[in-house]
Amino acid sequence: MTVQVLLPGVLAALAGGEKHVHVDPAGDTLADLLDALAAEHPTLTRRIRDETGQVRRFVNVYVDGDDVRFAGGLEAKVRDGAEVQVLPSVAGG
Amino acid sequence: MTDLLAIGTRKGLWLARSDDDRRTWTVDGPHLLAQEVAAVSIDTRGTAPRVLAGIQYGHWGPTVMWSDDLGSTWNESDHGAIRFPEDTGAALARVWQLRPDTADRSGVVWAGCEPHSLWRSTDGGVSFELVRGLHDHPHRPTWQPGGGGGAVHTVLPDPASDRVTIAMSTGGVYVSEDGGEKWEPRNRGITVSYGPDPLPEYGQCVHKVAVDAGDRDRLYAQNHFGVFRSDDAGTSWTSIAGGLPVDFGFPIVASPTTPGTAWVVPLVADMQRVPPDGRLRVHRTRDAGATWTELGEGLPDDAWVAVMRDAFCADAGDPTGIYVGTRDGCVYASNDEGDSFTLVADHLPDVLTVKAATLP
Repeated sequence: MTVQVLLPGVLAALAGGEKHVHVDPAGDTLADLLDALAAEHPTLTRRIRDETGQVRRFVNVYVDGDDVRFAGGLEAKVRDGAEVQVLPSVAGG
Repeated sequence: MTDLLAIGTRKGLWLARSDDDRRTWTVDGPHLLAQEVAAVSIDTRGTAPRVLAGIQYGHWGPTVMWSDDLGSTWNESDHGAIRFPEDTGAALARVWQLRPDTADRSGVVWAGCEPHSLWRSTDGGVSFELVRGLHDHPHRPTWQPGGGGGAVHTVLPDPASDRVTIAMSTGGVYVSEDGGEKWEPRNRGITVSYGPDPLPEYGQCVHKVAVDAGDRDRLYAQNHFGVFRSDDAGTSWTSIAGGLPVDFGFPIVASPTTPGTAWVVPLVADMQRVPPDGRLRVHRTRDAGATWTELGEGLPDDAWVAVMRDAFCADAGDPTGIYVGTRDGCVYASNDEGDSFTLVADHLPDVLTVKAATLP
């Protein structure tokens, strides 16, 4: 299966300048997707999740428009052809 | 000869240079803009000076970056220089301290981090290994976070032995005599104001510790209320705050060359973290804390600001230079051991850390 990951501009440099990254995860969960993304782009994936595998507090991940926090977290299902969007949350200062 | 001052702030890093024996400074930056730089070090042991920065990307998490060209380019490890091993279940929250070891311990860099942890690198800070001896200490689950978070914020490797002294908020002072395998608390005499036992074995909120230039067993500590000295490598502590206007504050700096000389920046209290009467002042002792002298030439009045625990440092020059960074983004330098100060920079973000080095 192939999934498209949509990145904010600030992270695109860590994916060779690409804002759209195609990933082929081994399984159908967000955790599988992030594992596959980490294999290709380890520094990029560290921005999204910490070393325990958890998505960072101020990073929002949407699978086909659904916030994964309310859709199973790392176990959120990711279908073939899905769009997974990564966005910084409303935070900072 | 060039003196370099690294200024880590809430929103980036600035590098100041002086080519006239620290009288005037040219400030270059921002580097790492919009990233919190809570720890910085200048490692002059290699062929080129390496600036190490413990950064927090904000949304994107903490890591360690380094520059071997004085900030023109920055590098980081693909997988992160500091990563808690999987079995710990922990995640790095912030790098609080980066401390290159002595010249004969090539490549060794220590890092103190949040959550409470100590790390050791043997490759100049590219990758670190968790010091398991401290992580596995039975006291660790009882160390509580202070207001800034629970962290190892001070790391003092002894040049002459395998001793490593650390300080934590909270937790207090712990010492290993074998390079990090075994650790013991050394806090006897350091008081606690926030618990029922004023003199616990450990759990103190020690804000910073410094080692005397002439005696490796003589330590100075700025505590969460109280300034203390130990003459036996931390085994026991006595108050040296009698000559100070107040005994609260965060940093304490010892001269790297002159025995008995140290500096503090007093603040009124934990509930009032400003200098007494709003006058930013450094206090210096020449006699290991028996007496203190207020120093203020070039420092501001009407300065209702705090100085963070790592925003005060000394250089290795002669006479010793000292550097003060404030939470309102000002940095002051003294090239005469605190007798007078000049403004290096202002209008920066909150200064979290300053480190000085003379470039070879």
